[in-house]
This record gives sequence, C-alpha cells and structure tokens, in this order.
Amino acid sequence: MRTMLFLLRKEFKQLFRDRFIGKAIFAIPIVQMLVLVPAITYEIRDVKMCIVDHDQSVESRKLVSQLEGSSFFRVKYTTFSEREANDLMHRDKVDLILQIPSGFGRETGRGNPVRLMVTANAINASRAQLAWGYFSGVMRDYQMNLVTAKAGTASLTMPRIDLTSRHWYNESLNYIYYMLPGVLGILVAAIGFMLAGLNMVKEKESGTIEQINVTPVRKYQFIAAKMIPYIVIGLIDLAIGISLGMLAFGMPFEGSAALLFLSSFIFMIGALGLALLISTITSSQQQYMFAGFFFLIIFMLMSGIFTPMDSMPAWAQKINLLNPVAYIMRINRMIMLKGSTFADISRDIFSLLVLSVLFTFFAIRKYRKTV
Amino acid sequence: MEENIISVRNLVRKFGSFTANDNLSFDVRKGEIFGFLGANGAGKTTAVRILCGLSKPTSGEVKIAGFDIYRETEKIKRNIGYMSQRFSLYEDLTVAENIQLYGGIYGLPNRLIREKQAELLNRLGMTDVRNKLIAGLPLGWKQKLAFSVAILHDPKIVFLDEPTGGVDPIARRQFWEMIYETASGGTTIFVTTHYMDEAEYCDRISIMSEGKIVALDTPAALKRIYQAPSVEEVFVKIARPSKSLL
Repeated sequence: MRTMLFLLRKEFKQLFRDRFIGKAIFAIPIVQMLVLVPAITYEIRDVKMCIVDHDQSVESRKLVSQLEGSSFFRVKYTTFSEREANDLMHRDKVDLILQIPSGFGRETGRGNPVRLMVTANAINASRAQLAWGYFSGVMRDYQMNLVTAKAGTASLTMPRIDLTSRHWYNESLNYIYYMLPGVLGILVAAIGFMLAGLNMVKEKESGTIEQINVTPVRKYQFIAAKMIPYIVIGLIDLAIGISLGMLAFGMPFEGSAALLFLSSFIFMIGALGLALLISTITSSQQQYMFAGFFFLIIFMLMSGIFTPMDSMPAWAQKINLLNPVAYIMRINRMIMLKGSTFADISRDIFSLLVLSVLFTFFAIRKYRKTV
Repeated sequence: MEENIISVRNLVRKFGSFTANDNLSFDVRKGEIFGFLGANGAGKTTAVRILCGLSKPTSGEVKIAGFDIYRETEKIKRNIGYMSQRFSLYEDLTVAENIQLYGGIYGLPNRLIREKQAELLNRLGMTDVRNKLIAGLPLGWKQKLAFSVAILHDPKIVFLDEPTGGVDPIARRQFWEMIYETASGGTTIFVTTHYMDEAEYCDRISIMSEGKIVALDTPAALKRIYQAPSVEEVFVKIARPSKSLL
C-alpha cells in the first residue's frame, strides 16, 4: 500500500511537471467538446436544386413552389436542358435535379400516372439520402393535395391516414443532445489511452523500467500506478465536460450522475488496461503511436457515435462486443437522455466490467519483470 | 572458510542458436569486490541480468544470498541493488524525489529515508542541488547518485554493470572510492567493466570470452600465472576475440 503511494506520487509529479501536458489534459477535452459537439450534425438545410421543367404548366409551378416553400430546398437553377443540369451536378453546384416531363399537368389532371425524374448527388451518401427523404415528404403532401382536389367533397369519405409522431428522449431531435454524451465518452478516455501507453513505453525506452524491475515492486502495483492518475484526470474532465455541456448547450441530464461516473470509471479501467497491454507489446513510442491510433480510430468510428450500431453488418456488431467505447456510448446516452437506472443498463455495465478486467489482467500478465 | 553469497553452477543462457553464457560456474564471497571482465559481447551483461532476476537462465543453478533464482526472485530483489550502464533514475524527477521514491519502494520508513537522504546528499556534496531535476546534472554526478540510490536499502549485494562508462577519470576515481567504502561496510560488490585499471582494484576478477569464463583469480595471481605486468596484459593474452572475427 505504501509502495503504491510512492509510485502514485511519482506518476502525478511526472505528469504535472510537464507544463504543457499538465494543462493540456484538462484543456484539450473541453475545447474538443466545444468545437466538435456543435459542429457534428446531420441536419441539412438548403439542398440546392436544379429544376428542369419541360412542362411549364400551372401544376408543375405549383410543385416547384411547394418545394421552395419548405425550408430544406432552395431552387438555385432552372433550365430546359438536361445536359446543363447534369453539368451543374458535375461542377458540384446542385445536390438534386428534378425533371418534370412535358404533359405533367395534363396527365395529372386526367388522373393518369406520371413519372418524375430525380437525381441526387450521392458523393455524400447520407446527405443524399436525407435530401431524398425530405423530397419524398414534400411529394407525398403534393400528391395528397392533388387527390383531395380531384375528389372534391368526396374526400371526406376517403380513407386518409395522418401520422403524428413524437421523438422520445430527444423531443426536438437535437443533434447536440445526441452527440454530446458520446463525444464526452471518447474524449475522456482518449487522452489517458494515449498518454498512459506512451508513458509506459517511455520507461522502457529510457531504461528506467529496468531499475524498477530489480526492486520488489509488484507488477500489479506498477500497472495500477500508471492507470490511477489518468482515471482521476478522466473523471475530472468528465465532470467539467458535463457541466459545460449543460451550461453551454442546455444538455439535459435525466439520470443518476453517480451511475454515469461509475460506468465511466469502469470504462476508463478498460481503456487504460488496453493501452498498457499495447504498451507491453510495443517497444518504442513510435510503435505505440501506430498501434494506439489503430485501436483508437477503429473503436471510435465503430462505437456507434456517428452511425447507428444496429445498421452495421453482423460481423461488425460482433467486433463491437470487444469495443469499450461502444458500451460507454450507449450507457452515456441512456443515462443522460433517458434517465436509465442501473437495472436498465446493467447488461452493458457488466459487459464493460468484464472487458475492463480482462484487458487489465492481460496487461499485468504481459508486463514481465523478467525476460 | 568464507561464505559464498553468489553461487553459480553450469549457467547457460541461449538466444536462439547463439549461446551468450556457456556453462558458467563460479562463486562470489561475501564482502568481496568481484570484477566481471570481458570484451564487448562476451556475455557479461547477460550474466548480470540473470543474477539480478531481470532475465531467466536457459539452464543451470544460481543462488543469490541463499535464494534460488527460479523460485525466490522477489526475495532476491529485496537483497540486491542494481545499477546499469544505462543511467536509470528518473530524469524528470529531482534528486530528492528519486531518493524518496526508491526509499519508499524498498519499504524504508519515512524517518530513515529522511536521514539517509541527508547523509547521502552530504556525502556526495549534492545538498544544494537536491531540488534540481536529474536531467540537468553532469553524468559523473548522475552515476554517483545512481550508485547511492542502488545501495539506499543496504542490500547484501550490489550489481554494477559498467557503472563508469563515459565518465571522466576523476569521477571514476571518486566512484571507486565509493565502491571501496561500501565494500568495507560488508556489502558484496559485483562489477562488470572493461576498464582494466579498474580491474586492479578488485579482490578477484573473472575474465569472460565468447560466453565462457576463461580465468578467475586475484589480479596478482593472474599476473603471476600469465607473466604479465598488468591485468590489461593478462586480458589481451587470454581474451582475444576468435580468429574468425579478425
């Protein structure tokens, strides 16, 4: 126990003796959060449209004005030439081309089916998909109006389904509320993940670890002394991050703070355990940077922070069973947005715990005092 | 009959097909300064690392301070000090912080750490720089400090692996004075070196060549046997590198 205190004192002193790192470990996550959270959003506005109206009828103008009326679309170009429209798309001037064939007004008036041609710029697949979604929404309305107008009073007896939707746990579909818990989870661990691993490899490089290895210090003591400072710092960063999120972005916090901190504590043991495990199998700081980035990027992008995990292929979801970030992402969102209690998310918490214990166990096993 | 504090029997250490230590057998007596000589690559460091428990032998028996190298490594570690050719105190900690860290790791009580620290700093004339980072000290000072820290917990044996590499002659002389002082207190010194003048200061020396011990006796006896005026001449006579390398 006393040995631990001496080792911890050493680690904290070394950490804060580096003036840059001593400050950066607090500043970086906060700045990243303030920049990333409002910047990452899926909402799109101002889908730039090009209309190729071969019809020029009352009906076709009505459709165009209905599109313009929605806040999502902006008709930037109108032309009669399909070539010109395609050219605009090539030059990235428009996101969506709508071609209205001649006879559109006449045929719809007669109640005949007509075809509209829509081309979306899918260089950014998710933007194209969303634009398409908005567009079909507008088309549905337009069609409904058409049907009602045609049927006249008879519409009263026509079956009509209106949808009323509510978005639970994030009523206003605020992307900030969606991103913030996830971003917090990553930022809090990423710093420790990089620094703890580098710190360990640095001791190997400089040979100081040999001096420790001839002493009676136990393996678990040395590993724990490397983890604890970054866990403490991570939890402080988390507290600052949450407070700032609530103050700056009006982030709701429905659940128990204690539960959130407990989960983050377990998560950080896992992240640091993995960092130290990697550091035991790498022998230079460069090697660690490579290996560390490999895991960091994979774990982060697969965690479900940007894309829903359910839509990933089955094998990817299997990989995510070993991804601590995926668990904390869910846990953070559930606690902060939904107010989940321990019973609700115990499965995720226990899985995370098992993972953390495993990583740390192997880190201690792999760290050899003798070779 | 003097007591053997290190006893090595048929020690073999192989790295793949390369045999770094080829069937070493020797004893080190309690309280002596034992010089472990050899050309670069002769296998000295490999042997020292095994004796300190940093590396496992491929085969053979080793007892350090009465403890078995395979089963009682942690007990051995309480009883030995080690200083390697690579300087290995923490450069980003101060002199005092390094002393306190190692005092604490070896379980010395706080009061004793304070006493030892004051005495050590005084002896080294480093009281004024106790709050300076190690990184800024000259190499000679660092080496003396590293040695003092290695014996802070009064180990029975201290292993020094080329402790004076790259140090100026005056600092080397001072370093050896510290070694003598420590040995006079009953601590056994096991030192590897390739400075032959340093070998003259040892009670007994062994000379390694290509993984084998080719000579082991007092410097005076070796000079007599090989009819050489100095240990250096002895070394040149018997530890020549193999012809294939020439």
